Amino acid sequence: MTPVAWIRLLVITVAIGALEGACRFGLIDRRVMVPPSDMVASLAAILRSGSINGDIVQTLGVIAAAAALAVVLGFALGLFVHALPRLRAGLDPLFATYYAVPIFIFYPVLIAIFGLSLVPILLIGVATALVAMIIATLNGLDRVPPVLSKVARVHRMGTVATALRLQLPAAAPYLFTGVKLSVSYAFIAVIASEFILAPSGLGRDIADAYADFNNSRMYALMLFLLITATFVNMALHAWDLRWAARRGREPS
Amino acid sequence: MIATRRAVDTLAIAIVLILMWQALHHLVGETALPGPVPTLTYLARLITTGRFAANAAATATAFAAALLLAYAIGLAIGVWMGAHGLSGAVGEPILVALYSLPKITLYPMILLIFGLGISGRTAFGALHGILPVALLTMAAIRNISPVHLRTARSMRLSSWQTVMMVLFPAMLPEVISGLRIGLTVTLLGVLLAEMFAAKQGLGFLIMNAMSLLQTQEMIAVAVFLFTFAALANALLLWLEHRLHRRV
Repeated sequence: MTPVAWIRLLVITVAIGALEGACRFGLIDRRVMVPPSDMVASLAAILRSGSINGDIVQTLGVIAAAAALAVVLGFALGLFVHALPRLRAGLDPLFATYYAVPIFIFYPVLIAIFGLSLVPILLIGVATALVAMIIATLNGLDRVPPVLSKVARVHRMGTVATALRLQLPAAAPYLFTGVKLSVSYAFIAVIASEFILAPSGLGRDIADAYADFNNSRMYALMLFLLITATFVNMALHAWDLRWAARRGREPS
Repeated sequence: MIATRRAVDTLAIAIVLILMWQALHHLVGETALPGPVPTLTYLARLITTGRFAANAAATATAFAAALLLAYAIGLAIGVWMGAHGLSGAVGEPILVALYSLPKITLYPMILLIFGLGISGRTAFGALHGILPVALLTMAAIRNISPVHLRTARSMRLSSWQTVMMVLFPAMLPEVISGLRIGLTVTLLGVLLAEMFAAKQGLGFLIMNAMSLLQTQEMIAVAVFLFTFAALANALLLWLEHRLHRRV
């Protein structure tokens, strides 16, 4: 580890230690926060009991499904839009604005249409993640060398074959940035939906624990989600660095 | 010429979105999704009511306070970490990791610390906005070309002049990008907070309309917020492009 990494570890350790001390010595009321060591112990007990296994599978499953749908659909739509420059020019203002508007406020609208089930959660997850993948696909395709399209024409490859066997591998390093963002956005949208209104899931569990004043359970579940999200983001980031090395530039 | 084409494109998108809305309305029926014309007429009536004004004022107050906090704290952290190399190297990965977390998970903690009132919603909004403002300000300072500083030295500018006439203008475009993204996520933070356990604000109005099955009101408020966010973003984007051209 580099010296900077050691200092970073030290900063994080001191911060967690200070929080632990402040909770233990009553500087922070137990009704506000439980000590980090209690969160870990409580989380271990919950995981051992297996009582949240169903919710874990459901929440992570919906996140994975939303991200996968967004990636596949986003790639297909990206290909389509890329092939039509006039449409793309028209859609540009929409892409530039998409993440600036709180798309999430339409979640209740989806509940009104589809009822209180996993469908609205999945849809808001896809809607949030989709555009990041479309934008990444467009960026990737812009960087496919023109000579490859000529090769495809010389070999009389069809549209689908060109897309899957040529454009997809050539743009792959850039597409991965889209995958990373899609997973991250799907995570946020699914947890937020579950937290605000959902039949079940980890977000709902946290909201219930909050309503029951069950702080040790609430903080344990929060810790679980934060650890999972950090782990997923770090794994994707590590992959992104590899791809970035392959395309010979910094990750975007 | 380009401006007119962009205006035409934006108008075309708006028309396509409204047509899709109309089509979906025919597909799922009146109760699930009212059509665009009655909903927009309803919105025009709704924004003149006192009930809407009171909730919009609650959102505006929380949003303005959250934005002020996010900008002040974000800029302070960004300047510190951008100017001090070691702090930046240590802190940046921590900030990036925090930025990509689903912050909604932390909302119960914010509620326990700040309570159910407006201060909790403000704190949650600010929590969203601080990180992008800090990260982009830090990047802006690091990206200042050394040539700028050498020029300032060779012209014997005082340190105050260097800051005001060289450093500040050089980092402004990127800082504005940070402020724009900060604005977006702060608004999202405030609205999310209002959707959970609040009794005021436009986010509450949407959730309340949903529980009363008033789909028209729910969609009208959502469309209002959508339009507001899009306009605010367009304004800052315009400012950003102008500054980029100048540099």
